[in-house]
Amino acid sequence: MTSFSQASMLLAQQGGQEVVGTGETLAFWVFGPLALAGGLGMIFVRNAVHSALWLVLTMLCLGVLYLLQSAPFLGFTQIIVYTGAVMMLFLFVLMMAGRDSADSMVEVLRGQRLLAALFGVGFAALLVGVLAPSLVSVPAEAPPNPYDPATGGGAGGLGRLIFTEFLFAFELTAALLIVAALAGIVLAYRDRREGPKRSQRELVEARFRGEYKRRSPAPGPGVFATGNSVATPALLPDGSIAPESLSELIESTNTARLIAEHERVLGAGDSHDDARALLGGESEQEGERT
Amino acid sequence: MTPTYYLLLAALLFAVGAVGVLVRRNAIVVFMCIELMLNSVNLTLVTFARVSGELDGQVMAFFVMVVAAAEVVVGLAIIMAIFRARRSASVDDTNLLKY
Repeated sequence: MTSFSQASMLLAQQGGQEVVGTGETLAFWVFGPLALAGGLGMIFVRNAVHSALWLVLTMLCLGVLYLLQSAPFLGFTQIIVYTGAVMMLFLFVLMMAGRDSADSMVEVLRGQRLLAALFGVGFAALLVGVLAPSLVSVPAEAPPNPYDPATGGGAGGLGRLIFTEFLFAFELTAALLIVAALAGIVLAYRDRREGPKRSQRELVEARFRGEYKRRSPAPGPGVFATGNSVATPALLPDGSIAPESLSELIESTNTARLIAEHERVLGAGDSHDDARALLGGESEQEGERT
Repeated sequence: MTPTYYLLLAALLFAVGAVGVLVRRNAIVVFMCIELMLNSVNLTLVTFARVSGELDGQVMAFFVMVVAAAEVVVGLAIIMAIFRARRSASVDDTNLLKY
């Protein structure tokens, strides 16, 4: 009773002064029905991809409503995280998995749709009935100024709360996100190999039994002072280029051109800085030879 | 107009999402309906923050968003795994535990 009288006192104090401005009212009556239409469109459209697009509409409208209620950080997070990331993930999975399976109209449980509709209407009526008295009896405080970095709904005010009062919960969310990432990897991973994985020993034995073309692993690209890219060839002990280390995909490192270049560098002697750089430790050898 | 209209909108969206969960057969659409329910609760939290002039509600909405993102990853991965095993994303086909 006292709370009610307090509320009515507050109402009386505020008098005719509106907490919600005209612009916000207008915007609410534009974006609120749009959000509701998006939700209804999502459950009534049969094509799953269209459902996802209707839900995108709803989420964008909700983002605008957050912005209206002086929660700019949450508003933009809603648009970036929900419509940008989550819904795109949904569309991605839909395109992979659920695109063909339009909802069947066969009712597995008889009368389920009718019961669900009745439940929905009843549930909505219950919630609205509970909330309707607060249309007149709950006065609103003035919303926090979103441009005040300390108390506003921007990143500053939220960050202050998250890193002081809610720090433990914030760290728990870090653990939650790591677990979720691991779960995504584990659940979505598919092993394409047939048979059990070979151990290193079995692999070596299979190599020497002749099941593979080479006994050793293929040589990697060379690493020199002048470059460590795939285009750099590996040198064999006699200084010639190992042809297997050249990538077939990179046209500029075809063997003929590289061998010619190698010859040219060898013939030019120490006067070329490039020569020492390309040959690396071979410069002493070069000196002995001349 | 009072901020209570936001709460009414959120209640309606929640009811729509609940009906969608009950009615739709495609697992991914069911999942999207759950997202809609989470979003409507977020709208409620933001409205409470605005009505009370405090930021706590917004912090809670932020945490709901984080949890929803984690939930989406795990849920979609489960749906993909089921789709790979049963070649279907319909909740009616996932009945191995039924009998």
